[in-house]
Order: sequence, then structure tokens, then C-alpha cells
Amino acid sequence: MGDAVTTPPTLALRDVRKSFGPIEVLHGVDLELRAGEVLALIGENGAGKSTTMKILAGYQGATSGRILLDGEEVTFASLHDGEEAGIVMIHQEFNIAEQLTVEQNIFLGRELRRGWLLDKKKMRQLTRDYLDRVNCDVDPNARVSTLSNSDKQMVEIAKALSRDARILIMDEPTAVLTAQETDVLFDQVRALKKAGTAILFTSHKLGEVAEIADQVTILRDGSVVHDGPAAEVSEDEMATAMVGRDVSDLFPDKPDTPPGEVMMRVEGLTVPGYAEDIGFELRRGEILGIAGLIGSGRTEAMEGLCGLRPASARLVEIGGKAADIRRPKDARDHGLCYLTEDRKLRGLLLGMGLRVNLTLQALDRFGGFLIDKAAEERALDAAIEAFDIRAGQRDVAVGNLSGGNQQKLLLAKVMQTEPSILIVDEPTRGIDIGTKQQIYAYLRNLAAQGHGIVMISSEMQEVIGLSDRVMVMRSGRSAGILSGDEIGEDAIVRRAMGVGADMNGKVA
Amino acid sequence: MTSDTATPAPKRSLPSMSLLGPVIALLVLIAIGASLNSNFLGAANITNVLARSAFIGIIAVGMTFVITAGGLDLSVGSMAAFIAGLMILVMNAALPTLGIGVPIILLGMVVAIVAGIVAGLINGFLITALGIEAFIVTLGTMGIYRSLVTWLADGGTLSLDFGLRTFYRPVYFDGILGISWPIIVFALVVILGEILMSFARFGRHCAATGSNEHVAHYSNVDVNRTRLLTYAMLGLLVGVATIMYVPRLGSASASTGLLWELEAIAAVIIGGTVLKGGFGRVWGTVIGVLILSLIDNILNLTDFVSPYLNGAIQGVIIILAVILQREAKAKG
Ligand SMILES: Nc1ncnc2c1ncn2[C@@H]1O[C@H](COP(=O)(O)OP(=O)(O)OP(=O)(O)O)[C@@H](O)[C@H]1O
Ligand SMILES: [Mg+2]
Repeated sequence: MGDAVTTPPTLALRDVRKSFGPIEVLHGVDLELRAGEVLALIGENGAGKSTTMKILAGYQGATSGRILLDGEEVTFASLHDGEEAGIVMIHQEFNIAEQLTVEQNIFLGRELRRGWLLDKKKMRQLTRDYLDRVNCDVDPNARVSTLSNSDKQMVEIAKALSRDARILIMDEPTAVLTAQETDVLFDQVRALKKAGTAILFTSHKLGEVAEIADQVTILRDGSVVHDGPAAEVSEDEMATAMVGRDVSDLFPDKPDTPPGEVMMRVEGLTVPGYAEDIGFELRRGEILGIAGLIGSGRTEAMEGLCGLRPASARLVEIGGKAADIRRPKDARDHGLCYLTEDRKLRGLLLGMGLRVNLTLQALDRFGGFLIDKAAEERALDAAIEAFDIRAGQRDVAVGNLSGGNQQKLLLAKVMQTEPSILIVDEPTRGIDIGTKQQIYAYLRNLAAQGHGIVMISSEMQEVIGLSDRVMVMRSGRSAGILSGDEIGEDAIVRRAMGVGADMNGKVA
Repeated sequence: MTSDTATPAPKRSLPSMSLLGPVIALLVLIAIGASLNSNFLGAANITNVLARSAFIGIIAVGMTFVITAGGLDLSVGSMAAFIAGLMILVMNAALPTLGIGVPIILLGMVVAIVAGIVAGLINGFLITALGIEAFIVTLGTMGIYRSLVTWLADGGTLSLDFGLRTFYRPVYFDGILGISWPIIVFALVVILGEILMSFARFGRHCAATGSNEHVAHYSNVDVNRTRLLTYAMLGLLVGVATIMYVPRLGSASASTGLLWELEAIAAVIIGGTVLKGGFGRVWGTVIGVLILSLIDNILNLTDFVSPYLNGAIQGVIIILAVILQREAKAKG
């Protein structure tokens, strides 16, 4: 590889602007991607990272400005032109056909043929090879809809790697991955880099940016505010440049006062096929973290508790009284509310507006038989203010919001039910560091006001930084509850993996 | 950036084509009709068109809810025929005991409504509780009801007793202030439907269910109940439509209500409701029904184009409507 500074950029943006309707979201972005380099594009939710990437890959046109490929101006009339130029993009949102199998997805649109017929044998073979490259052991014949989110992402990555891209663009590829999977991905990224691929990626986990990026470009509100070698900026400096204020104090202080009385007691909670004999107590004013590997049954157990899927329990006691929760409505009646980890498929109606989404879960609070739309509008005003939801236009379909802003809306939506016990599942997935800080403060504040909070999280830092106690789950069972000074990475990992268990990462 | 987030969006300069399309099409049809035949805008013709639209229209309002909630019902035409047959049988059978009078008419109406609700509940139960595709379930019940009415009529026609028919006739032909009953009932159904769809919780739940049933489920919406209710409501409205229809001919046969399901579905789609569910509008459905009836009416009033081409023209309009919908979506 030649000296990075003298190689011409493989792909570059010059003064690119982009408007949606009357609103300009990119105000003249310059960006340079070089062969054999990893460029991290970071910024707050809604800063315009995904939009920039889509313009680079030809998914969306720019309103003005130029795209240079090897120094020559190009216009991508369509997606196809981008692919012709050797650009492959992994989207922030899954872009795979749920009803097709893994193999069909990987070869979608470029199926191998022998004569008139599909060459199934060869495709099967190659699919296995691609999946092996990313240590993913899903069955090539499995329907994508049956995979976990992290496996879906690994399939997407395998698919992208299989295209031998000259330029690889990844929009938050690690948001749904475990630490081990992220390591696997980064090994592949390093290999591609060596082979001369130009790589652009974004992540809200700044540690990852520091680890893998050569160059960093920071966007704020649609403009580049920093551009330079990754080695020259610390994580704190990145965060400050993104958000415009200091965010080194990510987690609020834990309270010194002991928590209040028991709000909820669960014993022998069983969700067939996913979780068995789970028991825990939740006290007023505390945040109970639930840690564990992806697939350890955390989500399913809590969904079962809230009546979202079939489950049984020896005892569920809320406020000292036995509670029989069979349907989501029962949970609501007991002041229990669950925030889903999957905002696209279970959280938000992407085709509808903010107002409809905000009030859907608590529609009975907005009028009786008829809906009081004025009250809904007021609630939306309040939510936009309280959760700092940046929507540009107010009547935009929720699917057009940036990922992080969707997450904020989801949190606002759940809070409309005024729960006394809130169960949040991966509450900060895809959220920028500034907003994370706000959400942590918000949750801590809720607890301080006398709510009980259960937080499922795969982010170790978050579990340790925010929880008063931590329940660790392994293979559908509770592997112990930690409190106070016991809470630490080692203790959690040991329980999540099983002491002395083989360390191959994932538990089915 | 933060400051501009709370400001309300500027008013859209132009309503989208999917909103305006059906209205424009209706106006164009009216203009064509008026220019071709001077009787077109006369009271008699307008009443005629509206009264004929009423049956399909009442059913189509119910269909709007079913489709919005992500379902479909192919059985409504046969269901109407079956209910009509049942009504006639029950009324004829009760004639010796009740005699001609209001009670027997009321009995017939109750039979129609109960039968409609039960039929709708059966569809809804099979679809929601057993999780069978709506298309398959209602394709099945469509065949079942059609065959049942043929069997009841023994392959021929079921006729209402002549005396009864004379007594019942005013329900179709009379009205208040010169507006006939079917039109009045249709108008009421539309108004209630519009309120239910646009302003009530139920309409919101239908749209949420049709848009993404998982999201709806996670948002405390009882998805199955919502779906079941849409089918029951459609069944009820089929019953109501049949009550208005029976006095018109006074008989039912294997060909009663033939293809009504397709006309109702077409009206719903032309009106801008999304076939995949998630968005529906009742007033659009009314426009859809009127468009379909006007085409028929204009072809009958003029000898410009053969009335036999009615189906072809309707088909073109349906396809156009869906294309318009898709373009609106691509832009949005
Ligand atoms: N199709 C669209 N229509 C209207 N506005 C849009 C559309 N797509 C994006 N936007 C707006 O453009 C802005 C930038 O969005 P973008 O998705 O690029 O943000 P992002 O930096 O990727 O954020 P995140 O970290 O949350 O993913 C946001 O304000 C978003 O609401
Ligand atoms: Mg994004």
C-alpha cells in the first residue's frame, strides 16, 4: 500500500446537500474514503450519517454536490450503478427478505445457474464458506424470519463480504451484535482493509470507533465538524464534538439510600422453550439489570411475564397482591409495561405518523369511544420536548425518522401508559452517546420517583453503570443475582457463560 | 436544530393524488354523464343511482374495516343471497301464525341481522382463532353459502308470499321527503362508519392491526378481537343490505348477490383504502361505490359504448386506482 495521504480518494463527496421536502438535512458534506482505510462517520441521531451513506451507495440522490469515484465525477442513477462501481452497503435496518432462506438471501439477485437451472449445490457450498468466514453457524436452509437479530446481522455481513466489494459501507453494523460477534466482524474488516478495500462504517459505540477506524469524520446537524486521523482524537473528544457538550459523566450516581419495599415478586416463571423457573424481586426505586448472552431467554422471559407470549408462573405478586397476567392488557392494569428490543417489527408502526404511534398503547387515556386528537397533539408536543425527538417535519412517517429518534419515540410511547413498573429491553440500542446519557438520567430519575425498573441489556458498560442489582441469565435460567460491589464484568461474564463452560460464545 | 423540531409542519400545498384521484374521477364521470344525457342530473336518475348503490355501498363500508385491519372477505355476495333465502323461508313459514303485518317484517329483519352477525363471526372465528388465511376461509364460506341458497331454493327461486311482498315493498321504494329508505340507511351507515374509522378508538385499532399486527399486539391492542369485530360488523351490514334488497325483487336464487364481493372490494380499493391493510377511509369507499355505479348508469343511458363493456371499464378504473396509490406511496 502506498502512502495513504498521496493515494487519491476512492470515493469522495464534495459539498453534498440533501433536502427532504423543505428541510435540508445535509448542509454541504465533504468526505473522503481511501483504499485500505477504515473511515468512521459518527454523529448524533439524525445528524445525517445514514443519509450520507445512502447517497454514497446510490440508494438516494443528493440534492446538490458531487460524488467522485477515483477522482472522476459520477452520478448514480440507481442502486445498480452503485453496485457496478463495486460499492456494497449494509443498511442500518435489515435489508433481507424474511421469508427466504439464508442461502436464498445471500444469492438474491445473482443466483448461480447451470444451464437453465439453479446450481443449488454450488450455492450451498459457497454459503457455508461465507458463513464460516464470520463464524456464523446458522443453517443455510433456515428461514431468515426464524433467526435472532444478531444472526440476521451476521447473515447480512456474510452477504456483503461475499460480493467482493471495492468499497464497503456499513451503517451501524454492530448495534445488534454481541461483543464476540463484533470481534469477528472486525477481524474481517482488518482482512478486507489489507486487501485494499475502502471501508466506511458508523457506530454509536465510540470504543469500537477508536479500535478499528483509521480516520474519523464527525457530523453534527448535517455538517462536518471534525475530520482527521482517529489516533488524534480521544473518545471523549469525539463525544464532545458530536454532541456539542461534555458527556464524560455517562451514568448518574447510584443512590446511597436503600431501595423501598418489594413492588413485584416473581417465582417460577417459565416460558416454554425459552426460560425456566425464573425468580426475582423488584423493589421500589431500584434498577434491576438483566444480563446474559443473546439467546439466553431474557427477552422471552420478560415478554412472558407481561402476557405477550404464553407463560406460567408459580407466583407473580405486584404491590403485595397476586397478579394473574395472561394478556398485555392485564399487565397494563397492574401498571406493568414492557419496552420491546425490536422497534421495527414490534415497536412502531413505521408507515404512520408520530402522533398515532405515541398514543397507540394508551389510547384509552385520550378520550373515550372517540379519540381526543387535541389531547394527542398536546401529548406529542410534550413528548417531543421531553425526549428531544428530532423529527424535522412533524407529520413525517415514523419510518423516516433516524434510528435513534425512533427509539426515543418508542420510549415516549411506552411512558404514555404511566407504568409503575417499567421493563426496558435494550433501551439505548442505536442511540447516540448524548441521548444515552439523557436516557440513563431519565431512568434513574424514574426510579428515584418510586418506579421499579427492570433493564435487559447486552451492553456490559450499561448494565454495570446503571443497575443496582443484576440478574444474570444463562440458557433460560437464572444464574445468580449480583448486588453492590459484586457487580462487575468478570462476575457477570462468568455467570453468563457458565463457570468452566466452553467459551464458544453463544448459547442456543 | 432543537428549536425547529417542535414547530408544526407547514401546511401541505396540495393534497396528494391518492386523495384527489377518486374525487376527480367522480367529477369527470358526472360531467360526462351530464353532457351525454340531459336526464342524467334529474332527480329520478340520481335517486335511482343512489338506491342501487346502497346495497353494495352498505357492504363496502363494512369491507373497508375488514381490509383496513388486514383482512378480506370474499363471502359477502353469497352470504347476502343465503340471508335473503333464509329470510324469505322464515317469513313464509311464519305467515300462517303472524299474518301480514309489521311483526312479520320485524321477524324477517331480526333473522337477517342475526344470520349476518353469526355468519360474520364464523368467518372471523376461523380466521382469528384458528389462524387460517382470510382468503381461504372466505373462499370456502363463499362456496358454502352459495350452495346452501341453491339447495334451499332447490335449484330454482325462493319467492316471498305475494301479499307479504306487497306489504314489504315500501321498505325499498318509499322513504321520507322523497328520499328512499336504502339511501337513508346507506347515508347513516356511512356517517357512523366514518366516525368509527376516523375518530374512534376502534378505527385506530383496525389501522394498527392491519399495519403491523405484532406492533399492535405489543401495544395492548387485542388484535384477534379487533379482527373478529370487523368480520362481525361486516356480517351485520350484509344483513342490513339484504333487508333493503329483499323487498326490491321479493325473491332469492342462486344468482342473487353474484359478484357483490368483487364490487365491494373494488369500491374500497378505488376509494383509497390500502388492500394490504393499515389505512382505510370510509368516505373514499363511498366515492368508489358511486364511481362504479355511475359507469354502469352512463353506459345504460347512452348508446355510446356498449353496456357489455361495463366490466372492462370498471377493471381499468380499479387498476388505475391501485397505480395511483402506489405512486403516492413511492413519493411519501
Ligand atoms: N425519507 C425521509 N423523509 C424525511 N426525512 C428524512 C428521510 N430520511 C431521513 N430523514 C431525516 O433526515 C435526518 C437525518 O437522518 P439520518 O437517518 O441520516 O440520521 P442518522 O445520522 O443516520 O441518525 P441515527 O444515528 O439515529 O441513525 C433526520 O432528521 C431524518 O428525520
Ligand atoms: Mg442512521
